[in-house]
Amino acid sequence: MTGAPTTGHCGACCTKIEDLGVTIGSATILEHVNLHLHCGQLIALIGPNGAGKTTLLRAMLGELPHTGELHFVPVREDAGKAGPRIGYVPQKLEMDSLAPISVRDLFASAISRWPVWLGCRAGASKESLRMLAIVGGQDLIDKKLGTLSCGELQRVMLALALTPVPEILLLDEPVSGVDQAGIELFYQMVSQFRKDFDLAILLISHDLPAVARFADRMIFLNRTILADGTPREVLGHPVVRQTFGYDFSAAAAPREATIPIHHGGAG
Amino acid sequence: MNGWHAMIGQFPFEWAQYAFMHNALLAVIIVSPLFALLGCMVINNQMAFFSEAIGHAALTGIAIGVLAGLGNPIWSMIAIAVLMAFVITLLRHRSAASADTIIGLVMSFAVALGVVLLSRGGGFAKYSRYLIGDILTITPGEIAGAAALLVFIVGVWLVFFNRFALTFLNRPLAKSRGINVWLVEGLFAAAVALVVTVSIPWIGLLVINSLLILPAAASRNLARNTAQYHAFAIAISLVSGALGLIGSYYWNTASGATIVLFAMAFFLISLVIRRR
Repeated sequence: MTGAPTTGHCGACCTKIEDLGVTIGSATILEHVNLHLHCGQLIALIGPNGAGKTTLLRAMLGELPHTGELHFVPVREDAGKAGPRIGYVPQKLEMDSLAPISVRDLFASAISRWPVWLGCRAGASKESLRMLAIVGGQDLIDKKLGTLSCGELQRVMLALALTPVPEILLLDEPVSGVDQAGIELFYQMVSQFRKDFDLAILLISHDLPAVARFADRMIFLNRTILADGTPREVLGHPVVRQTFGYDFSAAAAPREATIPIHHGGAG
Repeated sequence: MNGWHAMIGQFPFEWAQYAFMHNALLAVIIVSPLFALLGCMVINNQMAFFSEAIGHAALTGIAIGVLAGLGNPIWSMIAIAVLMAFVITLLRHRSAASADTIIGLVMSFAVALGVVLLSRGGGFAKYSRYLIGDILTITPGEIAGAAALLVFIVGVWLVFFNRFALTFLNRPLAKSRGINVWLVEGLFAAAVALVVTVSIPWIGLLVINSLLILPAAASRNLARNTAQYHAFAIAISLVSGALGLIGSYYWNTASGATIVLFAMAFFLISLVIRRR
């Protein structure tokens, strides 16, 4: 199941997920997941609660044990065997508003070796500011993570995921807490980065009408991939309509149907 | 050591005339920053119950040491505590039960097993000193051991702190940045087990966890970033340690628990400052 590219991108690099499965305890969370990601493509991952969307991202990061293969076909030869650099934006951070971790601390602990409990070095601070600027978040640098709004935290985590710029960007969208205008703004930003940095982006989304307008491709996941195509195609798919109890496909901008839809669990 | 005795001996106070107080004060100055460093991480990761359980595992460690005929059961205490810390860390990610439940189960088991083994023949009373602790009997050799532990832990914190922070903030995020999350979690668990266990004979099993969490909890009310958090916690830990030790001399009370009361006072003060 090779999806044809839908936007202008280099097309040469590709991440192949082959027959991926995750079992936790006796429960099968994911099985027979086959997916190819191309750089320059924004893919929306949708599905009901408990469908295994977050699990798929965690398995791709290697944080959860899984079966199946993950291949990266790099565009540059020197990218070689190390595997793709993956940027990850978590859905939320488990912390209270008192946690004394500033945005600067977060960046410094991720991008520098100097132990943050002894303070942040000028170099790390400068780099943090530079990256925060591209999400319009310079003013947040000395705020504590726990005091940021959901939307602010999401932008900060996005900037961090882009430091340094990865080949693949995985985003786990917050279920709630970001207002409609914020969501639109965020998708616009992500959509722009896809072009600017030639990223392959896999985005878990809960706001179907909004994401349908920005995504190049949409995947409906429920334990395995049940539909894969343009947002319009996937949202109009009978299983998807049945799951969400509504046909969102009218919200999606009409596109050429370039990716075949896959049915059933065969993947 | 002689220089230390000479220096403290200059103080015009009654407690400053005794060599055992000099030793105890030095020990407090060494272990206080250790507790503060570990405590900051424990509080940020909501692992207060974890460190409490590790402390209680010492009972089983003592019992096994006694049964094995060790004169000083410190090595069996460390071994059991580290083992328990690893078991809890592993189960937290591999089990469907909540972390709270798993820690509670492991702790119950370790405490019950320890008490059963130590109480055989009605001899538990002679181990009650581990519950209260006694820092006044600390020997220069033990102080040297504590200093070595301080150097080791500070070294680990210099090299691994950023990885600890990211891993405990969000495990997949840490993984996405190439961090070996199992190594990091195991190392942190072992560090907590080591520091808590080594200090139990001096501070006492019952209050050891309070020394870990109170300075960090107080500091949290005041700090705006990670560096301040650690600086305040170390300062609060040192000051409450020294005041508690000296207070316990005049009131003739257990040092560990007296230190905890001072740390608690600092926590309340920090709470008032935050509320203003």
